[in-house]
Amino acid sequence: MNAPETVKTLRIALVGNPNCGKSALFNTLTGLRQKVANYPGATVERHSGRMTGASHIELIDLPGTYSLTPKSPDEAVTCDALFGRSTLEARPDGIVCVLDATNLGQHLRFALELKATGLPMVVALNMTDLARREGIEIDVEGLAKRLGVPVIETVAVRKTGIAEIKAAIGVLGTAAEHAPTDLPPLRQLQRDARAMARDVTLAEGSGHKITRQLDALFLHPVAGPIILFSLLFVMFQAVFSWAEAPMDMIDGGVAGLQGWLADTLPDGWVLSLLNDGILAGVGSVVIFLPQILILFTFILALESSGYLVRAAYLMDRLMSSVGLNGRAFIPLLSSFACAIPGIMAARTIADPKDRLTTILIAPLMTCSARLPVYTLVIAAFIPNESVWGGMVGLQGLVMFGLYLSGIVFALLAAFVFKRLLSDGQRQPFLLELPKYQVPHLRYIFVGLLERTKVFLRRAGTIILTAMIILWVLGSYPLPPEGATEPDIAYSYVGIIGKALATVFAPLGFNWEISVALVPGLAAREVAVAALGTVYALSGDEDMVADSLVGLLASGWTLPTALAFLAWYVFAPQCLSTIAVTKRETGGWKWPLVMLGYLFGLAYLAAFLTYRIALAFSA
Amino acid sequence: MLQQTGETMRLGTLAPGQGGRIVAIEEADTPNAAENAERLRELGFAEELDATVLHQSPFGRDPIVVAVGSMTVALRRAEANLIVVKSQ
Repeated sequence: MNAPETVKTLRIALVGNPNCGKSALFNTLTGLRQKVANYPGATVERHSGRMTGASHIELIDLPGTYSLTPKSPDEAVTCDALFGRSTLEARPDGIVCVLDATNLGQHLRFALELKATGLPMVVALNMTDLARREGIEIDVEGLAKRLGVPVIETVAVRKTGIAEIKAAIGVLGTAAEHAPTDLPPLRQLQRDARAMARDVTLAEGSGHKITRQLDALFLHPVAGPIILFSLLFVMFQAVFSWAEAPMDMIDGGVAGLQGWLADTLPDGWVLSLLNDGILAGVGSVVIFLPQILILFTFILALESSGYLVRAAYLMDRLMSSVGLNGRAFIPLLSSFACAIPGIMAARTIADPKDRLTTILIAPLMTCSARLPVYTLVIAAFIPNESVWGGMVGLQGLVMFGLYLSGIVFALLAAFVFKRLLSDGQRQPFLLELPKYQVPHLRYIFVGLLERTKVFLRRAGTIILTAMIILWVLGSYPLPPEGATEPDIAYSYVGIIGKALATVFAPLGFNWEISVALVPGLAAREVAVAALGTVYALSGDEDMVADSLVGLLASGWTLPTALAFLAWYVFAPQCLSTIAVTKRETGGWKWPLVMLGYLFGLAYLAAFLTYRIALAFSA
Repeated sequence: MLQQTGETMRLGTLAPGQGGRIVAIEEADTPNAAENAERLRELGFAEELDATVLHQSPFGRDPIVVAVGSMTVALRRAEANLIVVKSQ
């Protein structure tokens, strides 16, 4: 009789040129939420997931590549996997080759390269809706016959052709692997691919007119840079003004909860832990969620529309003046959200020295975790006024200035690093500009949801833990009899803070700030939470009701506040940034260089800011 | 620059609006030419395709944006100079 068959896991790789809609197809097939962006190099790592409805099939989403001779670390990931050179995993059992139907002549060349590997293959002819709209008609059966593999029309984002491609993938496992065949020279291969494309193209189509029209505006020599600069400016203004209402609501909610707890629970350490430790600490971070979501909405929309690559082109000249190229702009812009994806996205940069330089300066891009720090101090010290005839909020302007100084110093640092590292060769700048697409609301929404989860998880884990530890250290030992200062001054936190304060005194930092910098290493926004807890513990009962903003406004001088802002333009890096830098550069040398140079700059900047501000206010 | 029919030109020397049919991608021009030519080919540049300069950067007129076949590619003039086009 038949023995129960153990179902063998089938490993299928999704491969294609950048911008062919590969990650969107992967998401639709697996139900996973892989990041989808409309720029080359959005996928820099392999991701895998089980196909929905066929759990024995594992799909692997590989970074997009133009050929099987890799030019950059992300492309190498793909090639190593396909040739079984990867030490991390076995060679896949089959390939889904994703082709962009609107650019068949170019993408078919890669399909021919893939077919020569000998792995069983099925072709997903993607973006067929766009092709149809442009008037392109393709003889799908003819294409399948000429390629010798099944070809299925798909529109990944609209879930068209998904059942068919799943069926075809299911059959792949039973297909035999061929021996790899030799490829003709690249030039001949291009000719073969174009001839094949010509044979199966029934109607040529008119091209993507809207893309040409939008480019005439966005890449215009005068309007282009103005639009780019305005977009960035509006983005930072929006972070401030749009977030005001929801932030007030969260603030009110936390304060209400604290009041309710104070009324309900008896006075004692439990109440203090909940109110001063957890709610004051975690609450002061959670309040920044609306701002972070607004920032991400902008970045996600810019990414998925295809505008971000245009920005890289507009920025190339500026980047090349410090020895980098426009390609570095994309990792650097994502570093505004968080340095970690930014540092990983640097894999799309082919030249190792350019890549290293980009990694080293990525932390100077103001990440969203620094938003809470900036916002808190700005709200406490910068008046909420309009300048320039009421056009622009002063607080937003200061925020913009902080972001800008991060960028300026990043460029200066890049200039220095390139001098130190470079062999003087200019690296080529070559970037495909994808067609514009209306950003898919669903992807933006999913992206925001992911971000919210990550943020709240951090608030619930790292920050919560740090706050509980801080509360314990800040509450014990108890003060001696007849103490004159607040209790916390006699606690471990007070002792540590006062020791650290000798180092930071030249910057105008008091012991409360010095002690908040330490948990700030775990994640930058924790510094705000720590200030919340430290001040809540030092305050008397009346002051606890006051918000942290009010406490700082009355507790710090303006020079101290400005020095604190200057400090945070440069430092400190969070532990995760250091860890990812170690992983990406393969050792401790570069993360330590990064830590050292940023710490030094931070100290210097805060010192100068404090002294200059002091001189002016005297 | 005046464009005459049949004249061969380097793509990197052209102004927006100018272009032609690609007749060659040089591989022996500069130290990195062979490698860069391969990159250009992999990205989609090939003989017999039409290439037209669409835009140039407002800062120093470099890099440029080129329409090649059905694609749009941004690249610097130095690399674009490996591409020889014939006006028509």
